[in-house]
Amino acid sequence: MKYFGALIISLTAFISCTQPEKKLPILGNREPVEKTVDGKVVVDTVYQTIPSFNFINQDSVQVSDKNFAGKVYVADFFFTSCTSICPIMHRNMLKVYNQYKSNPEVKLLSHSIDSKYDTPSQLKKYADKLGVKGDMWEFVNGPHDAIYGIAEKSYLVSVAADSKDPANFIHQGWFVLVDKDKRLRGAYDGTDPKQVDQLTSDIQTLLDEYHTR
Amino acid sequence: MKKIVSASVFLLLIFLYACQSDKEIEQQRYFVNGKSIFEQHCQNCHGANGEGLGELYPPLTDTVFMRSNKSKIACIIKNGSNTALMVHNKKYEGKMPAESDLSDIEIAEIVNYITNSFGNKLGDYDVNNAAADLKNCQ
Ligand code: HEC
Repeated sequence: MKYFGALIISLTAFISCTQPEKKLPILGNREPVEKTVDGKVVVDTVYQTIPSFNFINQDSVQVSDKNFAGKVYVADFFFTSCTSICPIMHRNMLKVYNQYKSNPEVKLLSHSIDSKYDTPSQLKKYADKLGVKGDMWEFVNGPHDAIYGIAEKSYLVSVAADSKDPANFIHQGWFVLVDKDKRLRGAYDGTDPKQVDQLTSDIQTLLDEYHTR
Repeated sequence: MKKIVSASVFLLLIFLYACQSDKEIEQQRYFVNGKSIFEQHCQNCHGANGEGLGELYPPLTDTVFMRSNKSKIACIIKNGSNTALMVHNKKYEGKMPAESDLSDIEIAEIVNYITNSFGNKLGDYDVNNAAADLKNCQ
């Protein structure tokens, strides 16, 4: 599996080198499927995609995958009372927000992993204090299992309650880039300003990919 | 006689100078150690340049606030803070966690660092200052 990943990366690196335009790799699991085209059987690849979801945002409005249809978006996992990596992540995410807040093709989606404490009104307070307006950046609350499930299975980010400290959570500070076809196109360490700069420019690369088609 | 006086004045000056630079070196050590503790314990919330984060975490760049609250900073670090604070004319009502495990000297190092960084220039601060300030925590 490890080698498979390395093979994919080197293949995409190879392909992207031979193509004039830079293209981001497609991440996650993939499955070959047989299709019949013009009477001939051909093998096509099906990429992992983000399944449908339904959460509630900081304005107590339902937010589903439909709100993200036709958007390039960045997803992450946090909680408002997190004093470790979350402030760093969202200080960095604010840069992405400020860069793309007036671009209707780009959205940000922060999932709270503390569904009990982070009610919509708590999320609203947090968004206000962070200086975030409108619905370009959604902060969502959802049932524990739904959030944890989509984190681990779909965005491939691991989150867990801390067994030693009930008030805390162990989680990774990944920013996951999702394209308009719900496929994973990048994962960046949200605590590293350099990787977040890379994310900012990769969003543009991804948008260009759709514009030149 | 005159010779002896000028010689002792000269010696005194040398001593003063030597002591002065010893003190300077000591203060520099506080500052440098304070920077590394700040990076581990404070920077996530207050930012590498003390810029804070929105209205969640106050900046450490309000030189007037820092000057008038210098003697309270040690207590804020040791015991945390959970009151309404006005920084740069903005109200902050968050909760800063206590760092009760830090020693007096570590606290002195952090205070020395933040009160002489981010535009602040409040000068010397050592472990004796920290011990005195920590006695007066409310
Ligand atoms: C979890 C985030 C967090 C961490 C970590 C943190 N602070 Fe704070 N800090 C706050 C908040 C929130 C306030 C405002 C508290 C209030 O309103 O009572 C604050 C207030 C302050 C203040 C007074 C207001 C100002 O901006 O000047 C100082 C000084 C300060 N912190 C220094 C530090 C130092 C030094 C450290 C590291 C030892 C540290 N803080 C760690 C969140 C944090």
